[in-house]
Amino acid sequence: MTNKPTGIDRIENARKKRTRRNWLLSTPALIVLICAASGPLLIVLAYSLLSAGEYGGVTWSFSTDAWFNVVFHRDIFDETIGLADAHLLIFWRSVKLSFFTTLTTLAIGFPTAYFIATRNRKTRSMWLFLITVPFWTNLLIRTFAILEVIRNEGLINTALRALEIIHEPIQMLYTDFAIMVGMTYVFLPLMVLPLYASMERLDFNLIEAAYDLYATRYQVLRRVIVPLVKPGIIAGSILVFIPSLGAFVTPRVLGGGKKMMLGNLIELQFGAGRNWPLGAALSITLLGIVMIALVAYLRSTQRSSGGRR
Amino acid sequence: MTVSGPKGKPFSIKKQPGFGFVAVFCFVMLYAPIFTLIVYSFNAGKYISIWEGFSLQWYVSAWNNEAVQDAAIRSLVLALQASAYSTVLATMAALGTTRTRSFRGLTAIYVLINQPLMVPEIVTAVALLTFFAIIKTATGYQGLAYLVLAHTAFCIPFAYLPIRARLEGMDLILETAAADLYAPPWKTFRHITLPLLWPGIIAGAMLAFVISLDDVVITEFVKSSGQETLPTYMLGQLRRVISPEINAISTALLSLSILVVSAFFFFNRKFGK
Repeated sequence: MTNKPTGIDRIENARKKRTRRNWLLSTPALIVLICAASGPLLIVLAYSLLSAGEYGGVTWSFSTDAWFNVVFHRDIFDETIGLADAHLLIFWRSVKLSFFTTLTTLAIGFPTAYFIATRNRKTRSMWLFLITVPFWTNLLIRTFAILEVIRNEGLINTALRALEIIHEPIQMLYTDFAIMVGMTYVFLPLMVLPLYASMERLDFNLIEAAYDLYATRYQVLRRVIVPLVKPGIIAGSILVFIPSLGAFVTPRVLGGGKKMMLGNLIELQFGAGRNWPLGAALSITLLGIVMIALVAYLRSTQRSSGGRR
Repeated sequence: MTVSGPKGKPFSIKKQPGFGFVAVFCFVMLYAPIFTLIVYSFNAGKYISIWEGFSLQWYVSAWNNEAVQDAAIRSLVLALQASAYSTVLATMAALGTTRTRSFRGLTAIYVLINQPLMVPEIVTAVALLTFFAIIKTATGYQGLAYLVLAHTAFCIPFAYLPIRARLEGMDLILETAAADLYAPPWKTFRHITLPLLWPGIIAGAMLAFVISLDDVVITEFVKSSGQETLPTYMLGQLRRVISPEINAISTALLSLSILVVSAFFFFNRKFGK
């Protein structure tokens, strides 16, 4: 019996060929990404389980010290074990500042996105453009711009002194407040854009109906608009919270090395701290928190889109 | 959509009290610091906060500063290379992952491509530091290739997004017609797919260029000694007494970014769906 290819075989072959072509096209990008993005993460994971070398780097002996040191602290003299207060303080500051940054960006971004969404079609893209441009410009430069505004001889203090409201400059730089203002400034577009995306699709007939039923403006906002744009609120919050948690440049410039966040603590271990395994363990911890936030976000979007169908 | 309100004033259903005010505050807040920075780059005085008249002296001094020249050239060379490589790779990957039936591994490819957007930059930076440290000790090579590789990798998702969006908006009819007329796959690609895809490719390249040009964190960790780019040079300068030269450099870099981003928007508007 000869093996004459049937129609189904031919379709199957064409499909296999196409899949092979797709993989061939994708492979070069994947190789670069595995070499310079994903693969090195495995090295970090491995390093977190080794002991620290004396002058940075690692020595190849297994140790869980780094993970122990993320949360605990062993006294050098009497070996008593306590909590690593310095680390916990930085963890707490990172979470606290990221949370407040998310809240502030939401408070400013929500009305702004609504404002843009209620403009007429032609001017809308102009407003949107104005929100997007700062996002694509250098983060360091924007942080530096904030530095110039809030420093002791900066715009705010100079203005307040010229108006004789204050006589001594208010120390804003190198405080938690400075970092929060900086992050709010830098990450604001990340809140406005997804909020706008969901407000653009807002059905104003529903709002009109609410007014017909004698709802007040506040009730319309609270009971109609907010529930309808909830996916945008969640997306924006995640988009701001995640980079805030891993922020490095903003706390370094505006916190001046005194007020550190997780990113700065990690850098310290690879620089002056010379404890690479600890830095690696801290990195994996940060990555873990971010992944949990992302998975929680994906779950919530799946649930809400599933509910709508 | 206005109806008469209780007091006879036109009642807009779209209005929310105070929202316009916050929006104006938001735009002022976004632009005032940048604007201040630009204005003070033209300051004649030595201090960044006291205005002493118009002058271009800080631009001249930045231009003549050899460290700045060196960093600027390196930034441009790096951004051009990284955007070129990442755009080519992203175009290929987009061709392999759009307009196709789902196949095994497609989700894994998506995850890998978008990974640089999800992992915190500091974590990637530290990971590259450890990985390249191993290679540096093994090979002794200290050149620019590490930075090129790192930048290419994190530029891929930015180049990929507009190219993919463009491809998804193109149907396969023209390509199928070409194939029906016995055009070999390469010719179909060269004469049909590529010209249609071109706006997406250019948009992707522009985004990649801006992203590479602006990167601080990964560059700071990956660079060998003496390999400053403009952003890392500036980060180093911020530790000292800040000279208005930094304002001048910032303004120049800002202008370049804004120029490219505006071109991107123009492009998208003209060729977008």
